[in-house]
Amino acid sequence: MIEPKPVVRPLSPHLQIYRPMLSTMMSIMHRLTGIALYVGIVLLVWWLTAAATSDIYFDRVQAFFFHWLGRLVLFGFTWALVHHALGGLRYFVWDSGRGYNLATVEWMVRANVVGSIVITLLLWFTGCGVMT
Amino acid sequence: MNLRTPFKDIEGLGSAKSGTDHFLHQRLTAIANVPLVIFLVWFVISHLGASRADVVTSVHNPFNAILLVLSFVSILWHMRLGMQVVIEDYVHGHVAKVAMLLANAFFTAALGVAALYAIFKMSFGA
Repeated sequence: MIEPKPVVRPLSPHLQIYRPMLSTMMSIMHRLTGIALYVGIVLLVWWLTAAATSDIYFDRVQAFFFHWLGRLVLFGFTWALVHHALGGLRYFVWDSGRGYNLATVEWMVRANVVGSIVITLLLWFTGCGVMT
Repeated sequence: MNLRTPFKDIEGLGSAKSGTDHFLHQRLTAIANVPLVIFLVWFVISHLGASRADVVTSVHNPFNAILLVLSFVSILWHMRLGMQVVIEDYVHGHVAKVAMLLANAFFTAALGVAALYAIFKMSFGA
């Protein structure tokens, strides 16, 4: 029996070959924020289950979220959520067969970055307003 | 020497009947997530610094309870589909891949049950 010779086919150039571009980075960020949210939602479920448990436990969970570390995590979570949501809207536009010319793609990915920062800050200002 | 092409193995078997399910469910939950996440963010922000009693009172409201249940079902389903793709893309060992896909299914299901249990408990009593 003759062993089949492994076929060495040329590989298409992969990610590291190309100059990183904003649209590429945003595609990667969409996936990364999705993964972050996958982990981060544990905090939300934790908060809800604490609210369903007891006053003492709920206060302890609230205290964690008010600690600077808790706040930092929540701020990151908020940004990831907004970024991923806006990215999702971008994919809806592409699903409809629109927005494929380069100028529009560039405009949309920029709006995604700026929008995610602006909306995150607005949500946190609102949050601070609710607190006081 | 095997000259069979992969095509020969699947020829005549028909479609897998589930080719677009994943994509459709992914987009379906994505669309649902838009209003549901807006609700969820509003719900969390309006309860910043609230006492446990305040949260329980809010979840006692059927409108809030139903929207919370819908939010978690849609979000967790979407999460499971998304993580499945990530695992399929990056984990190549068969055993590791199957183990992680199982973990993904169990993790999202467990979170869903925990969230729904908490919501129902606050909504119906507690």
